Amino acid sequence: MTTSATSVDAVLGLGDDALVTAQRLGWWISRAPELEEDVALANIGLDQLGQARALLAHAGSLEGAGRSADDLAYLRGPEDFRNVLLVERPQQDFGVAMVRMLLLAAWQLEVYAALAAGADPVLAGVAAKAVKEVDYHLDHASTWVLRLGDGTEESHRRAQAALDAEWPYLAELLRPDSGACVDPATLAPAVLARATAVLDAATLTVPDVPPAGGGGRRGDHTEHLADLLAEMQQVARAHPGASW
Amino acid sequence: MTRDLFPAAPVAHGAAWRIASAVPDPEMPVVSIGDLGILRDVTENDTGCVHVQITPTYSGCPAVETIGEDLVEALTCAGYRRVAVEVVLSPPWTTDWITPRGRALLAAHGIAPPGPATPAGPVDVALAVRCPRCGSLRTRESSRFGSTPCKALWTCRSCREPFERVKPI
Repeated sequence: MTTSATSVDAVLGLGDDALVTAQRLGWWISRAPELEEDVALANIGLDQLGQARALLAHAGSLEGAGRSADDLAYLRGPEDFRNVLLVERPQQDFGVAMVRMLLLAAWQLEVYAALAAGADPVLAGVAAKAVKEVDYHLDHASTWVLRLGDGTEESHRRAQAALDAEWPYLAELLRPDSGACVDPATLAPAVLARATAVLDAATLTVPDVPPAGGGGRRGDHTEHLADLLAEMQQVARAHPGASW
Repeated sequence: MTRDLFPAAPVAHGAAWRIASAVPDPEMPVVSIGDLGILRDVTENDTGCVHVQITPTYSGCPAVETIGEDLVEALTCAGYRRVAVEVVLSPPWTTDWITPRGRALLAAHGIAPPGPATPAGPVDVALAVRCPRCGSLRTRESSRFGSTPCKALWTCRSCREPFERVKPI
């Protein structure tokens, strides 16, 4: 088992995707359109947080520098995070949240399924659990995207606007990368097929726009990540080593 | 999570499994971690040291730490000198590991147990969920998610009561 910087970064990428997603979903608690949705988004965020914790712990042990999952979550700056840009942007529009969840879950389902059959036993264990949870996330997002897209004129308009905003960021997730835990190039067809099937059924149109680009996997992030981390890390950084 | 104690009275071999298995689930105390399939292995040696393996139900299950602490508490109170709890992720927990006794206890206490997580045949038929209060099959899912990661919220159309159901996974 190699412990190169690449494989640590690769695991951090998956872990940071989940960690930042969990943080963004936490924003919805007390703000969701209905009570059951509040519970749903909190649960989905909790699943993502659990996956993040396991992945970051594994990255820390691969790195071998004694960093725990907490150290990695709370003490790294934005330049050291390896998540894609899709997940770090604010998602205070419910349509955006559901479209983004659809795209991310379609991707995570393929990644985790591949890792569950892969050579790293720790990743396989994390992934075998995660793939079942993400299946529920994909189902949840699909249900909403169908309802919003194939809904009223208003909901369709807003869902289409959400898709127009989010779709350009999918490309970064699917960009070929032989250094990743699983090369996205091998997963792209299945991810696109799954996502477009739901979008088509929702009567939404995949926008014909250039990809947003992005260097999240190498630490080049938008200003949004700095804001997110400032809030998320504030207490831990103010009281180093505290526990309760 | 280990704790050293002063020498205690000897404990019968095999007792460690029974003690560990009986630890109640913190969120659904009507069932034990043994009944839920959360307890995976217990090994003990001659010097009163015991190693316990547990597996989380969901990746983010917040009860894992509490279960670990409860295991250490139960086993040290039973006389074990040194208790180590290890969380294992593989093989992943499935509701298929819930024992028939666990399912009966859940139902008796108002929580509908899950159906099979892995469908037996090629046709995936959604089985009706029986209301744990009145027994009616006229039930519907109100929300895929509930008070804990493992449960969904259902409503009975016959007796009008809401109830939770452990989701098959």
